[in-house]
Amino acid sequence: MAGLGTKGFVLPGKTSNVKVILNGGQIVTYLRPDGYFSFQNIPAGTHLIEVAAIGYFFSPVRVDVSARNPGKVQAALTENRRGLSELVLEPLRDEQYYEIREPFSIMSVVKSPMGLMVGFMLVVVFLMPKLVENMDPEEMRRAQEEMRNQGVPSLASLLPGGGRN
Amino acid sequence: RHQQYIGKVKQAVFSSQRAGRKRVVVSTEENVIASLDLRHGEIFWRHLLGADDVIDGIDIGLGKYVITLSSGGSILRSWNLPDGQMVWESSLQGPKHSKLFLLVPTNLKFDKDNVLVVFSNGRLHAISCIDGEVLWKKDFEAESFEVQQVIQPPGSDLIYVVGFAASYQFEMYQINAKNGELLKHESASFSSGFSGEVSLVSTETVVALDSTGSILLTISFQDGKISSQQTPISNLVEDSLGPAVIIPSSVSGIFAIKTDAVAVFIRVMGEGKLEVVEKTTHEIAVSDALSISEDQQAFALIQHASSEIHLTVKLAHDWDGNLLKESVKMDWQRGLVHKVFINNYIRTDRSYGFRVLIVMEDHSLLLLQQGEIVWSREDGLASIIDVTTSELPVERNGVSVAKVEHNLFEWLKGHMLKLKGTLMLASPEDMAAIQSMRLKSSEKSKMTRDHNGFRKLLIVLTRAGKLFALHTGDGRIVWSHLLWSLHKSEACQSPIGLNLYQWQVPHHHAMDENPSVLVVTRCGPSSDTPGVLSFVDTYTGKELSSLSLDHAVVQVIPLPYTDSTEQRLHLLINADKHAHLYPKTSEALSIFKREFLNIYWYSVEDQNGIIKGHALKCKCTGEVADEFCFDTRDLWSVVFPSESEKIVATVTRKLNEVVHTQAKVVADQDVMYKYISRNLLFVATVAPKGSGEIGSVTPEESWLVAYLIDTVTGRILHRVTHHGSQGPVHAVFSENWVVYHYFNLRAHRYEMSVIEIYDQSRADNKDVWKLVLGKHNLTSPTSLFSRPEVITKSQSYFFTHSLKAIAVTSTAKGITSKQLLLGTIGDQVLALDKRFLDPRRTVNPTQAEKEEGIIPLTDSLPIIPQSYVTHALRVEGLRGIITVPAKLESTTLVFAHGVDLFFTQLAPSRTYDSLTEDFSYALLLITIVALVAAIFVTWRLSERKELQEKWR
Repeated sequence: MAGLGTKGFVLPGKTSNVKVILNGGQIVTYLRPDGYFSFQNIPAGTHLIEVAAIGYFFSPVRVDVSARNPGKVQAALTENRRGLSELVLEPLRDEQYYEIREPFSIMSVVKSPMGLMVGFMLVVVFLMPKLVENMDPEEMRRAQEEMRNQGVPSLASLLPGGGRN
Repeated sequence: RHQQYIGKVKQAVFSSQRAGRKRVVVSTEENVIASLDLRHGEIFWRHLLGADDVIDGIDIGLGKYVITLSSGGSILRSWNLPDGQMVWESSLQGPKHSKLFLLVPTNLKFDKDNVLVVFSNGRLHAISCIDGEVLWKKDFEAESFEVQQVIQPPGSDLIYVVGFAASYQFEMYQINAKNGELLKHESASFSSGFSGEVSLVSTETVVALDSTGSILLTISFQDGKISSQQTPISNLVEDSLGPAVIIPSSVSGIFAIKTDAVAVFIRVMGEGKLEVVEKTTHEIAVSDALSISEDQQAFALIQHASSEIHLTVKLAHDWDGNLLKESVKMDWQRGLVHKVFINNYIRTDRSYGFRVLIVMEDHSLLLLQQGEIVWSREDGLASIIDVTTSELPVERNGVSVAKVEHNLFEWLKGHMLKLKGTLMLASPEDMAAIQSMRLKSSEKSKMTRDHNGFRKLLIVLTRAGKLFALHTGDGRIVWSHLLWSLHKSEACQSPIGLNLYQWQVPHHHAMDENPSVLVVTRCGPSSDTPGVLSFVDTYTGKELSSLSLDHAVVQVIPLPYTDSTEQRLHLLINADKHAHLYPKTSEALSIFKREFLNIYWYSVEDQNGIIKGHALKCKCTGEVADEFCFDTRDLWSVVFPSESEKIVATVTRKLNEVVHTQAKVVADQDVMYKYISRNLLFVATVAPKGSGEIGSVTPEESWLVAYLIDTVTGRILHRVTHHGSQGPVHAVFSENWVVYHYFNLRAHRYEMSVIEIYDQSRADNKDVWKLVLGKHNLTSPTSLFSRPEVITKSQSYFFTHSLKAIAVTSTAKGITSKQLLLGTIGDQVLALDKRFLDPRRTVNPTQAEKEEGIIPLTDSLPIIPQSYVTHALRVEGLRGIITVPAKLESTTLVFAHGVDLFFTQLAPSRTYDSLTEDFSYALLLITIVALVAAIFVTWRLSERKELQEKWR
């Protein structure tokens, strides 16, 4: 029967809702204001300490309580097998439980496939006639003739009013 | 939606702080210590202690520390009253087990420090209130000494410890409270012995009963001298019936005894003379004494009358004068008053007012003040035994004219209020009305069935024997009903609610009937006591009928058959292995006869390590001629060697689970057939040595064996051993796979394994031509004796947390991919995609496998904080997770219960069949409008252009 007193940690926020759990619920304890916690009457052997704190991810800690030297304790994080010289528990990372909802922006609409398609259509509808207009009328006629010869409907004929000149 | 509860209150202490908000600190049977707002009953803070750390006593020290004694008196903790932060913790050891006492004397000072006096484990401790240090301790080691009372007379430095030794000797110790020195020890023997409790009537007098329960002993130990007086109860009460018991109370000068029929209040006069002051046959509850001034003590007494309770507050020395007499209407659904706690306050006219906290039979907590219920908490919901669901009524189209008119008026009123609200004219009451109206009219909380099947009733059976219906939309209680069959009666001494079953789920042709549930109750802790069935309408909460059975209920098997009114057939197995059919109708019997040979079930005997398969044999022979009783026969049994294996978990598939497809197409266009059988049982056994806590065994002495057993044939289809592993095992079975969680001692981490089972016998049926030509083997006879050709695949992964519960999502058609719901040790619920537990995961999946959605193998399962379905909430004391499919295929409803309740909707593969709640309808409209506008603009433009072209 070895008593196990261990140093805890200090979180930035409230510590009143942090639980320290031994062996999957065998003993549950809470933190003192200074961040310390302790388990009493722990038999020698290998144990597991877990920390339940909302908003933080703690790795469970493997604790070996020595039978020969009472009070001697070895600890290691089970997630990354890192040994701890002192039994000080620190969160591995913060946890964000909520996904950040993407704010609506005009860019996200434009960037989406539908947006790109619409954009392309607009370009075609408004810029192509301009291009056609800016062409030399001579050349255009030639081009149109060529197209007519080939029997392919010209772009201009597809555009409203384009095919009827 | 999240609701917080605390459980049935065991003890309550009122905070006497003058300033600030009034609080009451309570400890409950759910092992919660909580600080409640006395005005509204809300929780300020709350802590759930460990399961082995039962709270034995609470008190408030120095007005700002909550002191709790727990774990059989071996842990003393102090909590800060305003915020619940633990201040100190000390461990108290002692030579032997004993009764526990926690005293917080107000005037026992020790250098400005208050002293706590704790008697636990046969040792008396004095403990500093500020830092929890033990100031002195004193052992009471006389072998047979049993402590009965620890008394600290106010205003003195003495502590009296009184008790019995060798059951006929009365012992009294007088101790100096400053240093623990034994000042005096007296004893006196009583030849008639003692029984039960003692009651303290003054600081130097106790009352006890002799061993026959018929003579009252008044023992006083004034100035260290023991003197006593004996009074037979028959002298006080003429028609005394049977042995009496003393009701524990701490009111000075008065004590109460209770026989079978009556409760008697007795006043102790000077020199041990007794006088009966009141005799009542009503159910009563008495509070502890409350000192209201130097020499006055008040206490509360509650008596039941038909639909009311009478509350009287009396002064201890003046029985006939009532300080307060009130009657409060009480819903009989709350049952009897179990506990009363009294508190006083000073009214504006400087007189005393009293408020009373009462704990009811259904575990609810109510505050009474000035003849009214100020607030109530339904804390029975903290101890849920079983949950089932029920559909809501279908919306009826034909609405009467009166209702329409009424609705119209309401509608107008509502709109007026809303208008006021928008114009900022509304008063606070109006705002509240608007709020409640919004809530009422909101889609979520309607009392009718909805198209998507999100609105349902959760029918919940609590330990108090009360049935609640909770609305899934807003979590409110639709109805609650204290079951009379669960009420204590002569035939049924200590009823225990066991399970809920869906008795009648009407659809199609029996639409007019309301659905009902079956509640199975047992009359005592052992499994051979007779059972009680009751049938409850789920729309109204009315108990339709109840049936006291003449046989025990060991197992209830819902059969997959229903009669013409959609009542489900149930088979109840009793202790002598007879099967009884319910409902007892001839129609049910004829349906049952038809399927007589197709009914199989199994039973698990954890103690002996045996699993047995059963079938029906014939009608009951002998004793009673009952058409609905059947003999059974054992088909098979699997016996686990008791020296090496102990059953720790058995899991089957949920009965109502739907599987969409039997085939699974794997990456190389091949098909695998899932082995889907309703009769598969997963069994996990561990080495008997390893069934204890983590750390109690070495990896070499511990192993875990997982079995898959066919419950019809008893054949073991699969067996796998995990060396160096131990329980507890949590497992879930769905479709053709089972996932289980256990502890790996070698790696000293938790592990989760998956086993998938596939049917090989149908693997040849892939060829379409064979199917067309009729050469397939689908119709070939299958025999019980041929070994089914199955293959299993399994894989294991590390998992960080301990688990408390495990469940799997279930959807209406079973098409949506599955998620595992893991209730972690931190009381959160984590959703984990089943794809992470796929035995076909490899370190480097091929391109084809990647396309199929196989995730590269990692040694541990990822914990993504966003996939906690409880988000930043805790379901304190999590015990179970229940999933129910919604009508919408993508969605499943999840209900997690413990001390708290949590309900949510989950879409494991996102809501692919409906728009999400945050879908922006405005954007859609704007887009449409913009497109229409664009069409018009371009049309105009083109027309103009055409005109120009024509003019050219």
